[in-house]
Amino acid sequence: MTRERKTPEEIDPRRSVSRADPATLTLEHLRAGKIMPDDVTISRETLLAQAERADAEGYPQLARNFRRAAELTAIPNDILLQTYEKLRPYRSTYYELLAMSQEISARYDAPETGEYIRQAAEAYQAKGLLAKERDDESVTQPME
Amino acid sequence: MTRSKRFEKREERAVNRDTFVQEEPSLGLTVMDSPDDPKPSIRLESGRVVEIDDRVEAEFDVIDRYIARYAINTKTAEEAMAMDSLALARALVDINTPRARLVQLLSGCTPAKLCSIVSHLNVVEMMMALQKMRARRRPGNQAHVTNWRENPALMAADAAEGALRGFDELETTCRVARMAPFNALAILIGSQTPRGGVLTQCAVEEALNLRLGLKGLTSYAETLSVYGTDESMRDGDDTPWSKGFLASAYASRGIKIRFTSGTGSETLMGYEAGRSMLYLEARCLMLAKGAGAQGVQNGSISCVALPSALPGGVRAVLAENLIAAALGLEVASGNDAMSSHSDMRKAAKLMLQFLPGTDFITSGYSSMPRKDNMFGGGNFDADDLDDWMIIQRDMRVDAGIEPVREAEVVEARRKAARAIQAVFGALGFPEIHDDEIEAATYCYASDDMPERDLVKDLAAADAFLDGPLTALDVARALDQAGFTDIAENILGMQRVRVAGEYLQPAAILTKGFATESAFTDGNDYLGPGTGFRLEGEEWRKIAAIPQARSAEEMVPISSGKAGITLREKGPAAIGKSPEVVVAVGPAFASGLDTTLCGLSHGEVLREIIAGIEAQGIKARIVKVFATADCGMIGHEGARLSGSGIAIGLQSKGTAVIQRKGLAPLNNLELFAQAPLLSREAYRQIGSNAASHALRRPPAPVPVKVDNMARLRLIVHALLMHKREVSHVVRERPASDMEIVHDA
Repeated sequence: MTRERKTPEEIDPRRSVSRADPATLTLEHLRAGKIMPDDVTISRETLLAQAERADAEGYPQLARNFRRAAELTAIPNDILLQTYEKLRPYRSTYYELLAMSQEISARYDAPETGEYIRQAAEAYQAKGLLAKERDDESVTQPME
Repeated sequence: MTRSKRFEKREERAVNRDTFVQEEPSLGLTVMDSPDDPKPSIRLESGRVVEIDDRVEAEFDVIDRYIARYAINTKTAEEAMAMDSLALARALVDINTPRARLVQLLSGCTPAKLCSIVSHLNVVEMMMALQKMRARRRPGNQAHVTNWRENPALMAADAAEGALRGFDELETTCRVARMAPFNALAILIGSQTPRGGVLTQCAVEEALNLRLGLKGLTSYAETLSVYGTDESMRDGDDTPWSKGFLASAYASRGIKIRFTSGTGSETLMGYEAGRSMLYLEARCLMLAKGAGAQGVQNGSISCVALPSALPGGVRAVLAENLIAAALGLEVASGNDAMSSHSDMRKAAKLMLQFLPGTDFITSGYSSMPRKDNMFGGGNFDADDLDDWMIIQRDMRVDAGIEPVREAEVVEARRKAARAIQAVFGALGFPEIHDDEIEAATYCYASDDMPERDLVKDLAAADAFLDGPLTALDVARALDQAGFTDIAENILGMQRVRVAGEYLQPAAILTKGFATESAFTDGNDYLGPGTGFRLEGEEWRKIAAIPQARSAEEMVPISSGKAGITLREKGPAAIGKSPEVVVAVGPAFASGLDTTLCGLSHGEVLREIIAGIEAQGIKARIVKVFATADCGMIGHEGARLSGSGIAIGLQSKGTAVIQRKGLAPLNNLELFAQAPLLSREAYRQIGSNAASHALRRPPAPVPVKVDNMARLRLIVHALLMHKREVSHVVRERPASDMEIVHDA
């Protein structure tokens, strides 16, 4: 699946910090206080480049994982862990998963992750892995 | 029934403490080819997988659904599934079919098809296939680094030793979960002390695991366990989607991951549904592949005692490693949990991965004694390291651990312990005292470590986790304390995380932080002369075990410690009077000093002479130069002897009693086991020779029985004999010798 390449700013608008070039991650810079924790995180572009490499090497599943990971670089740590928690069995209703899929997709420019969560929602619905409907939700969920 | 003593003795053997059970598929007690395993099948509808292994889409369970959607390579599925399993099995072994072609084909197969392919292979064929299908060209290894007391100085020291020994990855975990930040810190510092580029992980619950990674304390994780039935997946509180998400989450923070699975786990959880262990494992592996994992830790792992209890179980564990590799996954191939009470059985099982080579031969070699192994592992531990090194040297195989010298180990351990002491000091953590450094440097196990205040450590570990400090602060503290090289290496680990290359399949880092992976250094084995060969400097390193001494060290050139000086009197003539000739070899008390059993030539000769003279007959010493052979020395002695009786004595101590007229290779008495001859024995030999000369009946010479003597001394014997041979002067006649008494 080929998607148009975007500029880093388009891809990741929240990341205003200009990430350091790995070559500048030296002891001299560390001593001078020029390296921040953000400088040593992996970037969306790097993961997309690894995805391309994986595709070229004949590893399409790994490539998909890297593309989702590229998207997830934009997601804060707490949301990342919450999303994992909500994907575990019996944690979410069908509509909670769909809502999460849409929010992640739109808010973090993460369409592949959004689609992955949507597929989870379908599978969980079909195989009975959803949470019981909350009282405050009016929608009824199709029974298995 | 009267018990056979041999049967009773065998019952006490270690192997008989292992458990063995007969197959019972209805209870999940079958490793491969259960009657309830589905038959391989696939059906695609406009590029979508709508049938797997006799189940149509509507009947798919969660795992089928995931495999159908993400794992199966629909481009090759129809071709591969239409191929005969036997033909695919042969292609796996065939040196002319490249790995890449097989990965493409087999990733189009269903779990039942994969099982049916490998079931055609015997273990040797599986090993041949694994040698070809391994992802990375060079095999590697991973170590466990834990200790019961969770002493940070000891953990850093053990990590440093692990790195020095060449482990590519170090894994720790905790006895008390809250210690995780300190344990992760300790192995990070230790791992980067003797070299850079060792990957580290701390196996704890996922959220904590991720937080350690975010701080730059760890670089990989293998806690992502998957199971082969929906029910066991659910008992693990995950779904394929949640695990797949987690894989991406780790990658998004630059952390390498591998999944964990293994034969027997579903059966142990009670949810195998009558399927064979291997079929369920094949589902796990396809699930891992579908999730985009770069690799797996597999090979039954902590369940290994279960398949091992069943017929063909150890073969099935190899088969699962092979399936994983054939799907293109990195394989950390088990051999970590206790697999047998018997060293012989453990080693035999190990060879299945050790010889063909896997990306990580063990998924956790216990680098410390097993009682400090907090994974419950320690199948091979610190005590077994020399055996491992020597088997590598025997087989000319690199199984991922390098020989080291004690002095360099001690130095690396001390340096790592000092480094973490400095970091604890600089970052305001509870002090590490000098006696801890000393103990961490030299101790056997954590029992030898001074106690620490656990409450204080835990409080500080909590604060470290919740606070702002990261690996950058650790590097800064090390730099300021003068550990610039370790600081540089820890910074190097941050740099490679930014670059993301070690997320590639089977990635490890060289000392120079270069990535070696299936992409950069893929396995290109295609038969003899190709792929990884242990050669050049790498082979010299493996061969150079510290136990191997030089020939010169083993048998030093004579240095006057013979305890006797012999002087030549001139050519020996045939004797006229009753006497026993003691004919010694050409290097006796000249090129050599002592016999194989460590007696000096002086001691031996004096005992023999005393034995002869006690019978009232004279001894004459003759040196034979023309031969180094014991029988021939004796033969020449007998020819010269006035009584016709001689003792032939090689410099290494082998002796013969010979009579004139006997063929050179015939003799009266032969004492071929030189290492077993004592002073008393030599005296008796002298006495017996005299008895033969006086035609009295000889008495038996006391000889010990030691079947290990040849094993222990064969090289010494060879070297001494070589020396003796080098002193041979073919044409030179034997000479009478006299003992020179010191002034």
